Amino acid sequence: MQNNFVWLIFLLPFLSFLVISLFLKPLFKDKPKLAGYVTIAAVAASFILSVVVLFKLLGAADHKLIVPEINWVIIENGVTIHLGLMIDSLTGIMLMVVTTVSLMVQIYSQGYMKDDPGYHRYYAAMSLFTTAMLGLVMADSLLLAFMFWEMVGLCSYLLIGFWFHKPSAANAAKKAFIVTRIGDFGFLAAIIFLYAHTGTFDIATLQNMAVSGMLAGSVLTWAAIGIFAGAVGKSAQFPLHVWLPDAMEGPTPVSALIHAATMAAAGVFLVARTYPLFEHSATALHTVAIVGGFTAIFAASIALVQNDIKRVLAYSTISQLGYMMLGLATGGVAVGIFHLFNHAFFKALLFLGAGSINHATQTFDMREMGGLRKAMPKTYITFLIAATSLAGIWPLSGFWSKDAILSQALDKQPIIFVLVLITVFMTAFYMFRVIFLTFGGTYRGKEHHLHESFSVMTIPLMVLTVLAVGSGFFNLNGGFSSFFGAGETHSILEGLFGIFKEPLPWISLLLAGSGIFLAYAIYSRKWISAESLGKMFKPLYQLFYHKYWVDELYEGIIVKKILMGGLFKAAHFFDTKVIDGGINTFMIQKVIVKNFFAGLFAFDRKGVDGAVNGVAGTTLAAGKTIRKAQTGQLQFYGLIIGLGVIALIVSVFIFSRV
Amino acid sequence: MNFNNTVLSLIIFLPMMGALIIACISNSRAKLIKYVAALFTLIPLILGVIVFIKFDRSAAMAGVMQFDANLSWIPLIKAYYHVGLDGISMPLFLLMDLLGFLVVLISWKIDLRPREYFAWLLLLEASILGVFASLDILLFFIFWEIEVIPMFFLISIWGAGRKEYSALKYVLYTLFGSAMMLAGILCLYFTTGSLSMVDIMHNGIGSYVSVVPTALMFFLLIGGFAVKLPVFPFHTWLPDAHTDAPTAVSVVLAGALLKMGGYGMIRICVSFFPAVARQYAPLFIALAVVNIIYGAAVTLKQTDIKRLIAYSSVSHMGFVLLGIFALTQVSMVGATMQMVSHGLITGLLFATAGLVMHNTHERDIAKLGGLARQIPMITVIFTIAGLGAMGVPGTSGFIAEFMTFLGSFQSNVLFHGSTLFAHVFTVIAILGILMGAGYILWLLQRVFYGPPQDKFNGVHDADKLERVYSAIFIILIFTIGLDPSILTNIIKTGISPIIHLIGG
Repeated sequence: MQNNFVWLIFLLPFLSFLVISLFLKPLFKDKPKLAGYVTIAAVAASFILSVVVLFKLLGAADHKLIVPEINWVIIENGVTIHLGLMIDSLTGIMLMVVTTVSLMVQIYSQGYMKDDPGYHRYYAAMSLFTTAMLGLVMADSLLLAFMFWEMVGLCSYLLIGFWFHKPSAANAAKKAFIVTRIGDFGFLAAIIFLYAHTGTFDIATLQNMAVSGMLAGSVLTWAAIGIFAGAVGKSAQFPLHVWLPDAMEGPTPVSALIHAATMAAAGVFLVARTYPLFEHSATALHTVAIVGGFTAIFAASIALVQNDIKRVLAYSTISQLGYMMLGLATGGVAVGIFHLFNHAFFKALLFLGAGSINHATQTFDMREMGGLRKAMPKTYITFLIAATSLAGIWPLSGFWSKDAILSQALDKQPIIFVLVLITVFMTAFYMFRVIFLTFGGTYRGKEHHLHESFSVMTIPLMVLTVLAVGSGFFNLNGGFSSFFGAGETHSILEGLFGIFKEPLPWISLLLAGSGIFLAYAIYSRKWISAESLGKMFKPLYQLFYHKYWVDELYEGIIVKKILMGGLFKAAHFFDTKVIDGGINTFMIQKVIVKNFFAGLFAFDRKGVDGAVNGVAGTTLAAGKTIRKAQTGQLQFYGLIIGLGVIALIVSVFIFSRV
Repeated sequence: MNFNNTVLSLIIFLPMMGALIIACISNSRAKLIKYVAALFTLIPLILGVIVFIKFDRSAAMAGVMQFDANLSWIPLIKAYYHVGLDGISMPLFLLMDLLGFLVVLISWKIDLRPREYFAWLLLLEASILGVFASLDILLFFIFWEIEVIPMFFLISIWGAGRKEYSALKYVLYTLFGSAMMLAGILCLYFTTGSLSMVDIMHNGIGSYVSVVPTALMFFLLIGGFAVKLPVFPFHTWLPDAHTDAPTAVSVVLAGALLKMGGYGMIRICVSFFPAVARQYAPLFIALAVVNIIYGAAVTLKQTDIKRLIAYSSVSHMGFVLLGIFALTQVSMVGATMQMVSHGLITGLLFATAGLVMHNTHERDIAKLGGLARQIPMITVIFTIAGLGAMGVPGTSGFIAEFMTFLGSFQSNVLFHGSTLFAHVFTVIAILGILMGAGYILWLLQRVFYGPPQDKFNGVHDADKLERVYSAIFIILIFTIGLDPSILTNIIKTGISPIIHLIGG
């Protein structure tokens, strides 16, 4: 079949992983750059193949490609698990997102990770991550998707803990894996549950069953909720959002690729992938909408007051992922994925910009920045454009997808609509707070030579800037939506200006504009003092600053007190004191050790001391003692045979020693 | 005499011969002893691989014992020397062949009385191989009992800490189980008049006039297996034995010895008494879930690196018990897979934990830390083994656990055909892999991550030999994880006749 080349898209980065870890790392220790080149070459090739796939999809009927599958394992009579690829419009878009951002990040990392001793390990893990992420978006069955899903989480673990000598990084890595695995528990249960009811893992079959009504009712709802639990974990939705801000301990390019553009969005992708299951369950859709909408405003409120630039971006990511979930729940796949698509570029750009700033200032604390505009003009311009796009200013990409979500939410979830509308204001405010604190004013940090980053870092920033501006235009004529089978295409001019016939864009632009203005007033002109504002709303400020004390609840109370200090401690106590202690006290020590087996002990001591003379005698004594404790003659025969072999060995010991 | 009916006996008795030869070599010639031990375990391994390759996996051979040899042994009681392999015993037999060779490599640095050490080690291998291959209950029982003796000496002489106590505890628990098992075997013998495991299974216990209630026989027999697996509340010998045993013995103990319990349950308890097994399955499924969750909870509180891995085995063996007593084809194949997979993964975990302990002279997790910079290779190996233990996809651990859950979820043995309870129990069991991630990752963090400590400067990393045997473990873990059909195809042929007996 001519479509077999599709397998190469994720096999190439895997090859790169193997080459780096098995070949380059041991043999070319002194040439770390090679690892970077291999990764870039592999990802670039995947990118080119992804473009080919996208064009083939655009031309194909139903926007689907058929790729031959492989028989993997027969689990019971008549049931074979296949490994196959599902190539449709969703896959096509996701492939573009993953390969583009990954390519940019790998190039950027050549500069950012320069001189790091773990250079090989970094690129090996990045290659493996790209493999897993590409595999995930192409998987045709829930089982295969789950396998890549876990692999993605594993790579995230390895990369968050990349600087494992830092206790905070090691802790964050573990936390990320375990918190997401709580969600994966639901996902795995849902896969098994669906299999028990349908006998298949195949996504397309399950989709058809949901559409035809063969899969319906509470079974469908439970399955959808289980899958959504997995999505909540990976996409850091409330209440499993706590891992993502801590994941910022990893290198910044990792944050850009994994914890903003791709893996964090995998939850959104998963819901989109299994969308028919959600679509036919009102409860499931409501759940997605409520969790997404709530997370959007909840995370945005925390982002308002953080001082660490990466943390602001992390909470912003959580908030935007909430938007995507809401978009999926109210507007369908096209709306949710359109925001995922746009967000991937501008958020990756923001993170890479933050990395560039860190490169110059050696810090992520915005209180020690300021005035970077002059020293780092390229970083400044690109960061500003990305922030404006995120704030949702016309005609940048963020505006288009956010507006689509808002208008759908207004139709279907009016209460949640109000929440996310407020979030528009917050988003603009916190992003421009970052802009004014880092680039505006004067430099507040320690004496340091400020400089613009290498061009290997700034060029990816510029490429991503083009996308942050332009990715929204793909839907100006309705092309993006119609690719997903939603809506017809229309003229570009109609798309560009026609939107203002409605009142909603005006409202959201007004809110975003006032957010920007407020940030300007507080942090640039200082008309309003940030401190006095904080004092005025002290309880609220404390609540946001301490992230609603969710971490304290989870770690301090649930993990430390209830589990480790309570349930697990009780189990441990029960095991050592009751089960083992009881047996030791009453059986072994009192009854058996003191009476029957004293002789055996003596034998053992002699054996240890190497006193060979008594061995034969005590063996017999031991035999007697054991025989006493046993019943039945057959047992005795067994022992005699065993002892015979041993006696043979022992006697050889004795005789050969002379 | 041809290859097919002598090869198994050769595999079983070669290590025993090796033990005798080693016993004749002076302690001063340690190198020679080690080479002899390696040779007498490598040949059985090669033969085992040949058997595995030649093994007929076709559906027509389901339930047929292959490579069998049947000689009259004690005519008076109709005892035969009958050995053979089917789809269940084949993977476990090969696993022991492999571990037998690898533990010789793992023991390469043993210098204390090497003659006796390697003699016992090889006898241990032979006895476990005998257990997996025996098709006569008396023969099975004798091999089962022989195994105790080398274990006792290996732990009590080459062990550490409270080694005499742990060795004795191991013997007592095993004998307690064996006593029950022996009583069960006697009842079985007086009921059926046969010691042939194949005949009893084929005729079905219902075709005989029973001297005692079949349920009694079932419980007597499973007593021995439950201690071995181990099943809560008979598990506390395991952490002590593991903690104080030398590394290689821990590897055999976790890798193959525990599997004798799971194997016995399938081969004897479920195959001979399908109706009783079905009746009491809810009890064992509940115990399995206790094993998994309670075992994982206790694991999280451990402070000793080997003890922690030992308790994780308790949790992992819960999956085996769950898979067996869910009594579906998928779950029982999964349980057998889990036995093999756990043998490799936990074997590697113990081997690597042994390296950490041996090289740093420290086993208290609180005092370890920051080792990743000083011993990077051991860190990588330990991490990979840890990933397997957590059931990360791509490793054998994932597919084994997944199949177990997939099968147990659909089990209808609980409460008159309702699957709801199976759903609930399986979902609770899946929580076990969440807790597994907790204890493994926390262990990795405490031992290897964080700032490097000066006191561990200059600690040796894995040497060439250690890398080679670790690589063998790792390659197998991933091979099974990526292509499980190499095992499932063979295990299925052993499980499907049993499923037929249970009646779906």
